Amino acid sequence: MKRVVRVASLSALAALALLGGCGEPEFGDAEKKTIASLALNTLPALKADTTNQYADVPAAAALGSTLFFDVGMSRDGTVSCSTCHKIDRQFQDDLPRAVGVGHTNRRTMALAGVARDPWFFWDGRRDSLWAQALTPLENPLEQAGNRAAFAHYIKNRFGERYERIFGPLPDLSTVPANASPLGTEAEKAAWNAMPASQAEDVNRVFANIGKAIAAFERSIEPRQTRFDRFAIDLATGAKPQGDAAFSPEEILGLKLFIGKANCVTCHNGPRFTDSSFHNTGVPPVKDLPPDRGRVDAVAQVQADPFNCSGKFRDGDESACRELRFMMKDGQQLVRAYKTPSLRGAATRAPYMHAGQFSTLDEVVAHYSKAAPSVEGVSEIHPLELSDRERVALVAFLKTLSE
Amino acid sequence: MLRAARDVISRRGAGLASIWRYILAGLGLAALLVGILAVVYLTAPHSAPGPDTSRSKKTASGLFVASFEPERGVIRQGELQSWLLTLKTAAGAPVEGAAITVSGGMPQHNHGLPTSPQATDYMGAGRYRIDGVKFTMSGWWQLRFAISAAAGSDSVVFNIVL
Repeated sequence: MKRVVRVASLSALAALALLGGCGEPEFGDAEKKTIASLALNTLPALKADTTNQYADVPAAAALGSTLFFDVGMSRDGTVSCSTCHKIDRQFQDDLPRAVGVGHTNRRTMALAGVARDPWFFWDGRRDSLWAQALTPLENPLEQAGNRAAFAHYIKNRFGERYERIFGPLPDLSTVPANASPLGTEAEKAAWNAMPASQAEDVNRVFANIGKAIAAFERSIEPRQTRFDRFAIDLATGAKPQGDAAFSPEEILGLKLFIGKANCVTCHNGPRFTDSSFHNTGVPPVKDLPPDRGRVDAVAQVQADPFNCSGKFRDGDESACRELRFMMKDGQQLVRAYKTPSLRGAATRAPYMHAGQFSTLDEVVAHYSKAAPSVEGVSEIHPLELSDRERVALVAFLKTLSE
Repeated sequence: MLRAARDVISRRGAGLASIWRYILAGLGLAALLVGILAVVYLTAPHSAPGPDTSRSKKTASGLFVASFEPERGVIRQGELQSWLLTLKTAAGAPVEGAAITVSGGMPQHNHGLPTSPQATDYMGAGRYRIDGVKFTMSGWWQLRFAISAAAGSDSVVFNIVL
């Protein structure tokens, strides 16, 4: 009987040796193709933004940069774009929810590659980078200013620089110090008392502020990471050297990312985002006002006077197809939020649109469990990942930050 | 495997029980073969029956023949694209003046289309431009057209797998 066991076990060992030794390569052809599609070298050149004729004017980007970091661009002189979009922190603030003049209800978004987005904010309530840049300026919880005050401020402080880019400033001598259609009751009253041509003059200066800031933000692009070096070597057949070599755990994580865990379904392309909106069952934050995501943003972007259909757009209407063919209704928009890029994500906790998860482990656990959404329908299905698989996914995600 | 075979050979002639060893070794080899075959089978690309992806088909009630092609020939994931829907009667005559509505989504992902494509232009010869089509991810997409024309109303579903 001993011999029987011995012969059988030797046969089994031999079989195992064969399977392991001359087994499969690390990645199949389909996997290699997917990995190549995620690498940064497939990112196309940034397209022109015809709605902003100053988008690639260096002087506009320079003024935009000045304005981006200028705390004078706020009601009380304490908040700039860079207060939340911190230059040394991937242009985000590490907080669950942004804090400007007041406390907001949403996580600050990182800015790498932002000029490539078709929609802005977590819910896509703006349709261009320049229209986006205007919104926090007047949000009472962010920079809390008003457009009349911004026009005066630009004239007084940056008048010469402004005029060299955008042409002569309008006569602002009779424009109230504070006025905006979105401001306090007094600011609204002052705005409504202005002649239409004067309101348009102020709106034009305001739009140009956004166009300058957008011109600056176009320069904020994603950087090459360990993953990209690994992917390039994999594509060319070179053996990854130094930090481009992945550990077995990172390889397992990458395989899961593009395979069983289905992450790549939405986190696709070289920016790891489909630039679209999805309900993934992320729970609301207790005590915050109701937040229904994309479904409420549709009306906001349509009503925005600075949207692509509005009179402040440069170029022709052919640039407005995203707005024209926008999905406007349906259950799928309820609690749908933008797919964020995963580049750099590992070093910028917390996660999700209101900072619901404080670690990547929590994020992966959420997707593994796939609890139903409190409202609307979650698109994700439970993954049943083992502990080892969850750890491997996180290990892979870290390669996008190194 | 070689060790197993050598093991068997070295014991040749050790008595009547050696027959059993041969049988066992044979069984071991057979198991090994089955294992290798299983690996080959499991790693080979599967040609699972997918949805019908033909670009030209009869509408549900047979009123029209519809074909659907990307206007520029290639599908580019993540980009707004225009497609052409060509409608002919069963007899082959172009269908003019059709009212077309578009819907669809991804049957396996609980979601509809990310955009709302529309029939924006009539290009002549039964061809309609369907603009605003965007496929944001790979997988199985469906586009459903409700068509109303002089001959009546019908619908057709095209499957697109990226």
